[in-house]
Amino acid sequence: MRLWKLGSLVVVASLAVVVAASIASARVEQGARTLDIYGFGSGFGRGDDVANSLTAHAQRQLGANVEYDNPRGGFNDQAFLTMLASRNVPDVMWVDRPRIATYAARGALQPLTSCIRRERINLRQYRKAALREVTYRGQVYALPAFTNQITILVNPTVARQARVNINDIGTANLRKLQRANRRLLQTDGGRVTRIGFDPKIPEFFPLWVKRFGGNIVSRNGMRAQLNSRQAIAALTYTHGLIRAHGGWDRFKAFRDTHNWFGRTNPISENTIGATPFESFIYNVIANNTPTAPLVPKYFQRRGGRPITMFSGNGWAIPRGARDPDLACKWAKHMTSVPAWVSAARNRLEIRRRQNEAFTGLYTANVRADNFILRRVYDPMGRPQFNRAVRLLYNAPRYAFAVPPSPASFELRQAYIDAINRVLAGQQTPRQALNQAQREAQAAINRNRRR
Amino acid sequence: MATTAVNATRPGPPTRARAWFSRFRERETWFAYAFILPWAFGFVVLTAGPMIASFYFSLTNYGVEQIGGFAETEYVGAENYSRLLDDGKIPLALKNTFIYTGMMVPATMVVALALASILLRIGRAGDFFRTVFYLPQITPPVAVGILILVLFNGSYGVVNRALEALPFIEQGPFWTTDPSWIKPSLAIMSVWAVGGTMVIYLAALRGVPQHLYEAAAMDGASAFRRFKDVTLPMISPALFFTFIILTIAGLNTFTEVYTAYFGAGSTGAEEPEAALMYAIYLFRQAFQFFNMGYAAAMAWLFFVIVMAVTLLNILGTRRFVFYQGAQR
Repeated sequence: MRLWKLGSLVVVASLAVVVAASIASARVEQGARTLDIYGFGSGFGRGDDVANSLTAHAQRQLGANVEYDNPRGGFNDQAFLTMLASRNVPDVMWVDRPRIATYAARGALQPLTSCIRRERINLRQYRKAALREVTYRGQVYALPAFTNQITILVNPTVARQARVNINDIGTANLRKLQRANRRLLQTDGGRVTRIGFDPKIPEFFPLWVKRFGGNIVSRNGMRAQLNSRQAIAALTYTHGLIRAHGGWDRFKAFRDTHNWFGRTNPISENTIGATPFESFIYNVIANNTPTAPLVPKYFQRRGGRPITMFSGNGWAIPRGARDPDLACKWAKHMTSVPAWVSAARNRLEIRRRQNEAFTGLYTANVRADNFILRRVYDPMGRPQFNRAVRLLYNAPRYAFAVPPSPASFELRQAYIDAINRVLAGQQTPRQALNQAQREAQAAINRNRRR
Repeated sequence: MATTAVNATRPGPPTRARAWFSRFRERETWFAYAFILPWAFGFVVLTAGPMIASFYFSLTNYGVEQIGGFAETEYVGAENYSRLLDDGKIPLALKNTFIYTGMMVPATMVVALALASILLRIGRAGDFFRTVFYLPQITPPVAVGILILVLFNGSYGVVNRALEALPFIEQGPFWTTDPSWIKPSLAIMSVWAVGGTMVIYLAALRGVPQHLYEAAAMDGASAFRRFKDVTLPMISPALFFTFIILTIAGLNTFTEVYTAYFGAGSTGAEEPEAALMYAIYLFRQAFQFFNMGYAAAMAWLFFVIVMAVTLLNILGTRRFVFYQGAQR
């Protein structure tokens, strides 16, 4: 009998704890509105001076009557699906732009049409390529924030050692680049000891295809173009650059030893001649090896016209958000000119105190970028980073983004697999891209009705 | 007549159901079921329930829209299952998974048995080394995934440095990029966590009666004969158990491979198809492509395959297993 009493006590106590916890976690706001933010808790999120400045600006604009719930961690698909399943979605999410179309096509995001109208958001302030990334079937589903444009990072020390003219290291003239690659690279007893030119495939494959005059998918995202003449030429050429190092095995084995995020990065260690890279790398190098020599260059089409590929993130409002009006205001203020300018000023101050170079903030807001470059930016006597900053602020004029598609992940996976088969010597570029085309188009067709 | 009357009044043999119910007169039976209840509840709610649900979803178009309640879940019949036949990645992923398991299971068993045999012979020092050998078992699989790329780097990895120190090897394999060597490197790395299996074998070896060895030695049996005819039969239940468990674990392998080639360890978008295990492809379909219904069908196909393999293993190896005191 005593045992039963004890058991009952345990059950009642457990229930009491559960009920108390539920009440404590329940959001009972009287008067104050709470904005649930998701995906902004890492990376550019909490702890980052830019994120703090942006957040402070948006909070000032929204007033004191708003509370914020911004848990740690970045956007995670599984976590978001759980939120959807439990009908407990956040009000606003910080998401990579390539995800937007995939979720929009599945009805998980709210179109921002009424938000844009109500808040009188001027869409012309955003870069066209970035805006296209978040537009699906004619409707805008997110407000674009940061951008990451790709330029070529050249190591002048290596170029000098290899007696290669820096003008020849570029994608305008592919024959010259091929020759430069052969002279820049170094091997020792079959081991690669210095990479000449790393074409960065599969990641930058869409940029290479664009260089050859093609696109990996049609403008409406509904027709894969992975086995186009341009795509095959791009893969054949870039594979050739890697093969010159003695093959993918040797190239990759050496590249895996690189650490771009430390003091012994490939530029400071002179273990790479040149490579295309996203804009954030200049900030990383300025932090870790501020005196490292580097020459930034445009990625170019044939004939020399610059070209760059955009990626980045943005603010989206999921379907079922409790307070979409507040979320809309948040997204508007977080991507506004004053928010970016205050973040840039704050970062510049921090860099000055640290005596490190300020390498700019690259946003999807044209007006903010112009203002920062003209009125905020200070080269601080670092010519190599100054050149990079000016190039990076100019590059978005030549930017494109991979058109959004309801099957964007499958499309990406199809070309990644194809390139890996080619690199591993299992298929020719044509065979691999033909297979990728079939896989990608089948995925698009399955998602077409969405 | 008299006989009939007697039979009618005498209670017949208790049926199974009656015997089962009769146990509930005992207080201990209630307590026993009370102890089982939390597990049974967990099994029904967290295992059996989702399994049944996943079978239902495998017959539907379940995806993000349905999860969010934006669209009705539509019954699609066997469409997801027939799509399995058209998907070229399914046989590839199955082949990778079976090759990896085929290498990992014997390698783990042989190394674990060798280590256990050594530990048995080195006396007190065995306790220390048992702990040392067990330590990798508690290493997070994610860390193991990263280690694979570091240790097996074709040009600068420790493994190849060691191999190339040998006079007859000029260049070691490119373990992490060459499709023929990716699975062997993963299998070798899985031997890293051999501690759990080794402990089971060590316990089994300690349970072999000493007098059997003495009798065999008196009969003039060599060390090999003693191992073959005494040790192996006596520890065969442990070998059988680990064979089944390792096979299932091998077929379900995910974390280490995912970390090394598809997640944090991967330096770019290099995702070699030679490392595409079935569980990874299933994860990709569910959580990257959001084809939940299809992923559920994949899960059921794999469940059937794993069950079939396990049954075949049990049927094929049972006759080699010797249970002390069992009547066969």
